[in-house]
Amino acid sequence: MNHYETVFILNPVLSEEQIKETVKKYEDILVSNGAKMISKEDWGLKKLAYAIQHKKSGFYHLFEYTVPGEAINTVEVEFRRDERIMRYLTVRLDKHAIAWAEKRRNRNKQKA
Amino acid sequence: MSSIEQQAKGKKDGEIRYLTPLNIDTSKTKKYCRFKKSGIKYIDYKDPDFLMAFVNEQGKLLPRRLTGTSLKYQRKVSVAVKRARHLALMPYVGDLLK
Repeated sequence: MNHYETVFILNPVLSEEQIKETVKKYEDILVSNGAKMISKEDWGLKKLAYAIQHKKSGFYHLFEYTVPGEAINTVEVEFRRDERIMRYLTVRLDKHAIAWAEKRRNRNKQKA
Repeated sequence: MSSIEQQAKGKKDGEIRYLTPLNIDTSKTKKYCRFKKSGIKYIDYKDPDFLMAFVNEQGKLLPRRLTGTSLKYQRKVSVAVKRARHLALMPYVGDLLK
């Protein structure tokens, strides 16, 4: 089991319902592949630094989870096929990154 | 016969000579690696405001000879900036970012 983090950008033309559905879909894919979700973050609609697919904004979502490495491939294939996803990035977290992610989560929790 | 004044005139105008060496302050403060100093172990690509300190006005990475970052952390900075660019948190090219 490795520790991973995924950020993906959803198309801004989607309705709130569709966004929820998409996020749920990827959560389900991960969980069905044996993932343990650690945190989910919704950054909301953010302005992009440059246009992607002629869109200037997008909905950012962040997942943090532990999963066996093989599952990443299946999820990324889904990301690539999905038109609602404009960008995605999955990184494996090392021990320093895990410590930082925890700190960041606590800080966000305090703010909320 | 040439007097001292004439000799002085013969010299190129605008050339300044000093009898004592100029007091130019060369003892600049030494650069340091801010990650080593403050004990930061992981550089987060999700924080574009922080990473802006390591790029120039066009969004290019600054050399570590300017920022003072050690090689170990410069590599991490460069990876973090590239990830942030991919996620459109930072621009690949920009103008007057600062």
